[in-house]
Amino acid sequence: MNKSRKHAQLAEFWRRYRKNKTAVLGLILLIAIVGMALFADLIVPYEKCIEQVGIERLQGPSTAHFFGTDEYGRDLFARIVHGSRYSLLIGLATSLMALVIGAVLGASAGYFGGVVDNVISRIIDVFMCVPPILLSLAVVAALGTNLRNLIIAITVSCIPGNVRLIRSVVLTTAEQDYVEAAKSYGTSNARIIFRYVLPNAMGPIIVNTTMSISDMMLSAAGLSFIGMGIQPPSPEWGALLSNAQTYLFSAPYMLLFPGMFILLSSLAFNLVGDGLTDALDPRLRD
Amino acid sequence: MTKYVVKRILYMIPVLLGVAFLVFTILSLTPGDPGSIILGITAKPEDIAALNAEFGYDQPFFVRFFQYIGDILFHFDLGTSYSTRQPVIDTILARFPNTLVLALLSMCVSSLIGISLGIFSAVRQYSVMDHVCVVVALVFASMPGFWLGLMLLILFSLKLGWLPSFGASSLRHFILPTLTVSLTSAAGLLRLTRSAMLETIRQEYIRTAKAKGASNKRVIWKHALRNALLPVVTTLGGGFGASLGGAIIAETVFAMPGMGTLMTTAIRQKDIPTVMGATLFLAVLFSFVILFVDILYAFIDPRIKAKYQNGGKKRE
Repeated sequence: MNKSRKHAQLAEFWRRYRKNKTAVLGLILLIAIVGMALFADLIVPYEKCIEQVGIERLQGPSTAHFFGTDEYGRDLFARIVHGSRYSLLIGLATSLMALVIGAVLGASAGYFGGVVDNVISRIIDVFMCVPPILLSLAVVAALGTNLRNLIIAITVSCIPGNVRLIRSVVLTTAEQDYVEAAKSYGTSNARIIFRYVLPNAMGPIIVNTTMSISDMMLSAAGLSFIGMGIQPPSPEWGALLSNAQTYLFSAPYMLLFPGMFILLSSLAFNLVGDGLTDALDPRLRD
Repeated sequence: MTKYVVKRILYMIPVLLGVAFLVFTILSLTPGDPGSIILGITAKPEDIAALNAEFGYDQPFFVRFFQYIGDILFHFDLGTSYSTRQPVIDTILARFPNTLVLALLSMCVSSLIGISLGIFSAVRQYSVMDHVCVVVALVFASMPGFWLGLMLLILFSLKLGWLPSFGASSLRHFILPTLTVSLTSAAGLLRLTRSAMLETIRQEYIRTAKAKGASNKRVIWKHALRNALLPVVTTLGGGFGASLGGAIIAETVFAMPGMGTLMTTAIRQKDIPTVMGATLFLAVLFSFVILFVDILYAFIDPRIKAKYQNGGKKRE
């Protein structure tokens, strides 16, 4: 019974989502990019990323090298395909970690109120006073530059916003009658939060997380670009762009392609986010 | 109303202390002590110990923190750089104006473009121009700002030679960096303004105004716009933070001597006092901007005003 109701809800949701052509386009784009990251080795072997061919330095796009070669004669197509793994990994890992931490803190603050809310909210006030990129830079300065630290740095900068959002949606949900009813049955607080409050507050949270993946990918690329994230020779897209800076005049294609891929993946998550907003809240549509 | 403003300003004191503590704690996680960072691990232990004592590093964490705060409050001193051995505050004050000008210019340009096109787009919903605005905004919002900057640099400096590609010696040097930072944030603002405006247009009081026979122009400018701009104003504080962040990265693209290039160099040299000072300096500035926006909001939102006036009367 319950299962078929959920099924019907999903079908209804999918019907609404499908009607939105740009959202479907975003989903296709997203699947293509995720596919590229998952099957990178099948598309082009990793060796191609590191293979340095001396006589093929700084060559423009051709049939042999779709996106040209860099200053060491490495194939940029291979580097970009394999670089997608960094962007997606960082985007997903940071958003999910920030979501979990944000959900625990935000839901506790919104649900329990009082002292708990006060303590959490005051700490978040402090975090909100440091612009995200500065927070990330401070973390990177303290821990050093590598993939793990970059993920930590970006997650930290994303948590405060999440806590605030989840706290406010939980606040409105916690006042609903069904929560009151659950309380009167003597249901435990943890069960109420995870079984009744969070699922009903899920809409805005899902949309926010999808959009935040795009933001996080852009931050990661930006930090790598200024040399504070993934370091070359890793084929991360921001690092590729940082490298392309030296050859702006002689090899502008080195700039074009990595940037296009950052744009497309970020666009994919934004389109899907927009589509989810409309599909989850049909009132906003016409 | 005064009560709200005073309360809000007083609340800044613990928040700023918290910010200082946060920044100090994060950067204290750095492995190594100033002595071995400056002299290298091969130096004589007694030299390292002497240098550590000079930087006050032989003290416990909390003692160092309160000394740091004391120095800031009473001597306007943010510590001494590990690499130049000069006061950090001097370097910051020399670099800061460029970043501030860039962030402020970008914020003005992005608000101008974003808000006006957002209104335009919402008023002409479903028109060709609306679709163009929405699509272009989405693409710009998904674009890494620094990438746009590099492409503008290729076009306007390298190919056309119209604008300088690096430095910050004249206002002309700020044109490309400002575009770099503002175009991407204008896109976000456009989307926000458009949806706020659309939501407002659907409200009952707009229908009432129309039913009364108010002209379309009057309904939009007098009834819808003022309400739609409220949520937009709340994001302006965060927008300044975003501009600041954008400026920090754009400085690398255009080789501008600002806070961003200062911080990246300092991070590479493990010059922790400079990183700490710069972070704290910008965070404090940002906090004051947020404070200003909050107070501004209280003045323009009649609901908050009314709440405080009624609340005041009740207690009297």
